[in-house]
Parts: sequence; structure tokens; C-alpha cells
Amino acid sequence: MKLHQFLVLLAFAAVLTMAAFELPARGDAGSPANRASLERLVAGAHYISHAGRDAATPNMVTVILADYRSFDTLGETLVVFAGGIACLFILRRLKS
Amino acid sequence: MSVSAPDTDFALAAERCEPSDSPIIRAAARGLAPLIQVVGLYVFFHGHYSPGGGFQGGVLLAASFILLRLGFGLQQTQCVMPSHLTIPLSAVGGLIFLGTGFVALFCGGNFLDYSFLPVPGLKTAYIHNYAILFIEVGVTITVMATLVAIFDHLLDG
Repeated sequence: MKLHQFLVLLAFAAVLTMAAFELPARGDAGSPANRASLERLVAGAHYISHAGRDAATPNMVTVILADYRSFDTLGETLVVFAGGIACLFILRRLKS
Repeated sequence: MSVSAPDTDFALAAERCEPSDSPIIRAAARGLAPLIQVVGLYVFFHGHYSPGGGFQGGVLLAASFILLRLGFGLQQTQCVMPSHLTIPLSAVGGLIFLGTGFVALFCGGNFLDYSFLPVPGLKTAYIHNYAILFIEVGVTITVMATLVAIFDHLLDG
């Protein structure tokens, strides 16, 4: 059982490592995530060209985090809240 | 039902959060806590212009309250941040964020689509700007209150 789990973990690690080596270089403007073609803007190019005008905010990261991807940030906030609730239930003094 | 070992652990931990004996620690906590709070508010409000934002600002505010707790003990700092208010505050922060989303939803847009927030007399870009600030307020409150709540429960059980 232990060996079985270890082999599964090793296989996942191999898959993730292979995927990581296939990633485009950081800041590569020609990568599919950033490439803007004439007929359509992909997400990265859209954010870079629209973030300043859409939200009147100079910091692009904030606009992506709290505006375009605000549902993700909502999830993060609720995870923090859920962590607090979990700590409350685990650490609360037991009524004796 | 009596669980002896964790109870004694909690009692020890609660005893440990007496006001500090050292005047240096008390003076440092007294002097540093407001400074950390100001830096936290700066990081939070400057999230629009530089690295920063709700999570970082909330952590800094929580650090200032925890520093006060370490210097002056749990009982004396209840007036600064009451222990019973931490979890409700945390929920309020989440509700601010969720509420913004639902207001946009009920005003005809998608969930969290700030363009549909009913703010008169503002251009759409500026509605986005202030909506980002508003939801970051919620994030800050949640992060700050949750961290203080975890610290209090670690001490007090």
C-alpha cells in the first residue's frame, strides 16, 4: 500500500515536472497566453491593453486580482474566513 | 467529559499572555503598534498604485494587534480589538465582498461586474476603481480579524 501510494506520487511528480519544462519563458510576449492576433485578443494581451482604462487604476495586478478575477479573490477571502472558523472549532476550549 | 492534557495546555498558554514584565517590550509594543497600523493602512490604500492590497494590509494590521497582545496581555488589549468581535468581523468582511457581487447581480450585471453598481455621477472606470477599493476593505477586515481570532483561540481556547 505504501509503495503503491509512493509510485502514484512519483508518477504525478513526473507529469508535473514534464509540464513545467514545457511552460513558456517568463514574460515571453510570443507565448500563446500573451499573443495578440488581429482577430482576437487573448487574456494576457487584453489585460495589458485594457486594465488602465477599464478601472482607472495604474496597478495592473490589482485590476486583474480584484476586478477581472474578483471571483477568485472572493474565493481566497472565504478560504481565509473558513480557516478562521476551522481554528475556532479545533482550538475552542472543551466544555468540561 | 474531562480532557486533562489540552486543558492544562490552554491554561499554560493563557498564563503566558500576561502583560510583559519587561518595560522595554511594553514600550516597544506601545510605540511600534501604531506605526505598523499606519504602514498597514498605507499598504492597503496604496494597492492601487504599488504592490500591496487587502491581504498584505490586513496581515500588517493583525500584526499590530498581536504585538499589543504580546506586550500588554490578552485582558488589557480587549478594548483595542475585543476577542468576541473577531469572528463576526471576519464574516462582515466576507459579506462586504459577497454583497458587492450580489448588488451588481441584482442591478442587471454579472456577479461582481462592477460596471452595474448603482453609483450615480461617476464614470464607469471610476466605479471600478472605488469598487476595487471597497472589496479590498472587505478582504482587509477578513484577513485581519481571522488572524487575530486564530491568535486569541490559540491563547484562550
